[in-house]
Amino acid sequence: MAHIQLKNISKIFGNHTALTGLDLDIADGEFFVLLGETGAGKTTTLRLIAGLEKPSGGQVFIDGVDVAAWGAAERDVALVLQQYSLYPRYTVRENLEFPLKPKIRRLPDAEIKDRVDRAARTLRIEHLLDRKTDRLSGGEMQRVSIGRAIVRKPRVFLMDEPLSALDAKLREALRTELKNLQMQLGATFLFVTHDQIEAMSMGDKVGVLNHGRIIQTGTPHEIYNNPRDTYVASFVGSPPMNLIDGKLVNGRAVMAPLNFELPFSAGAKTFAGAGTSAATEGRPLVFGIRPEDVYLESGAPVEARVHDVENHGVEKILTLRVGDTMLRATVPARTDVAIEQPVRFAWNPDKVVLFDKGSGVSLRHAS
Amino acid sequence: MVVSVLNTLDPQSRAAARGWSDLTIRNIFIIPTVLFLIVFNIFPLIYSLGYSFTDFAANRNVPWSFVGLQNYRDLLADQRIWTNFVITAKYVIVSVGGQMIIGFGIALLLNRDFPFKGVVTTLLLLPMMLSAAVVGLFWQLLYSPSWGPINYILGLRNFGLLSDADTALYAVAITDIWMWSPFVMLLSLAGLSAVPKHLYEAAAIDRASSWYTFTRITLPLVAPILMIALIFRTMEAFKTFDLAYVLSVQPTTELIAIKLYRLAFQQWDTGRSSALAYIVLIMVLAITNIYVKYLNKVKER
Repeated sequence: MAHIQLKNISKIFGNHTALTGLDLDIADGEFFVLLGETGAGKTTTLRLIAGLEKPSGGQVFIDGVDVAAWGAAERDVALVLQQYSLYPRYTVRENLEFPLKPKIRRLPDAEIKDRVDRAARTLRIEHLLDRKTDRLSGGEMQRVSIGRAIVRKPRVFLMDEPLSALDAKLREALRTELKNLQMQLGATFLFVTHDQIEAMSMGDKVGVLNHGRIIQTGTPHEIYNNPRDTYVASFVGSPPMNLIDGKLVNGRAVMAPLNFELPFSAGAKTFAGAGTSAATEGRPLVFGIRPEDVYLESGAPVEARVHDVENHGVEKILTLRVGDTMLRATVPARTDVAIEQPVRFAWNPDKVVLFDKGSGVSLRHAS
Repeated sequence: MVVSVLNTLDPQSRAAARGWSDLTIRNIFIIPTVLFLIVFNIFPLIYSLGYSFTDFAANRNVPWSFVGLQNYRDLLADQRIWTNFVITAKYVIVSVGGQMIIGFGIALLLNRDFPFKGVVTTLLLLPMMLSAAVVGLFWQLLYSPSWGPINYILGLRNFGLLSDADTALYAVAITDIWMWSPFVMLLSLAGLSAVPKHLYEAAAIDRASSWYTFTRITLPLVAPILMIALIFRTMEAFKTFDLAYVLSVQPTTELIAIKLYRLAFQQWDTGRSSALAYIVLIMVLAITNIYVKYLNKVKER
């Protein structure tokens, strides 16, 4: 169990800057998810913590100790890689025993057996123990590679997109298993993913990484409801938050190409924080609203046409068109709509997030 | 299966325009090779098997007679022939063992990034591209007791490594090691570079020492290709003639191939030498077979 801190980390590969001024604080026993697109620097961050890469600048602390000079072995971390990295030609049992067997820290045989059996039971791979690793399916391989991490009781678990190569059903199952495992062990987890659903469902805390910088860290709830900028707003959530250009005029949101306006409540103003003062009047803004906070109602203020309907079973995602502005709305599946049908919609004025048009930063975070 | 591939002759091709069927084309390619093999390999092989049961001598125009297994009986009972086999065995073990260790060692050193890696690798490969006779002549100079650099460096004065009965065989083996380690190195490098890097990273994370990583990950993954190198080198070393013949005239370096040569072309005992050639052939086949069995086992694991 450990507390991990990264301070002002930067990493440069040749002429490519992978990370810049990265600060990260992962509390002991926390399930921290690092979320970002491919190439954002997630894997690099993980490898820096594991000691497989050296930072170009900045420091890594594990339990308050600067580990710059430590190799991967001394850091006592476990790393689960996307490509499983099982040792070929060995059985599952031999793979699980591998980290326990090196002579220097050789455990007694009974202890090794006990730990392997316990890990196998936790991951439900007991029946595979004597099988060769090349005769396993993807999901089984990934479990074995997670098993190899947990037999050791490392200080930190680092997981590099361990689920992304699996099919949807298995991914869902392992997601729950991993989360349960983390709670059982009470261990510190750093989980890297590009999948925002994984981030939302598993993380105690989520850090959104973009172009080698941490944009925002917070609980999934904070990230979802109070994104720091338009990048986070559009990256997190499926479908993403609607972002519409406009400005505030007399307490009403007037959308920029002046094709519609919506009420903007006083409640939302206080929710939006001190940044929403008189100075906001007339200033170019981006209004952010989650699709589920847009609703259809016969007496609603704005008329739109249904541009597209996606049926997701429990709900339908509508794309509405107002002039040339598109926005998404999540409606119950029983809502009966047809493409090109005129509808009226409104938003929940309390849930509107205001972003500065120029910087893209949320007004709530700006001050 | 082969036929089905051959059936897909492109109707637009020039061969089709000339009215050649795919069968014709197959024959054009295969028949010369088969003929060549029959004339130069299979026919002499069978013919010499016939000789091995006679007292035929190629340089004398006298009638020969069929002697049955007499040649084989004589050879296998001949103490001197067994000495040749012991010498050969010693030579194979020392020279192939040395090649495997040194070749694999150099491959391990080369299996990382450093400046001029390509040039260094190519230079290291040069010895095996030389002719064995030339290598023999050069090493004779290097071993020269009066002014050879090896004696000078080792401070051996007038002690002739090649003319001493006890050391000559090892001196020949060292030359062979110098010449053929690059071959093992080349194959090992191919094997080593095929080990995925993430396995080493996983092992580092699992806190495995470098020795543990080497024995548990590197060696098992490179083993099949090392076995192939071992098979090739053992077969070649067993048949060594040129290097030893050029380098030394000591009776202690009389490898089985040299003995065979003397029997066939100095004593002109054609029948008996054919029999010896067959004994050698059977031995090489047997050894190779053991290796191949083991190789398949290693691959299966």
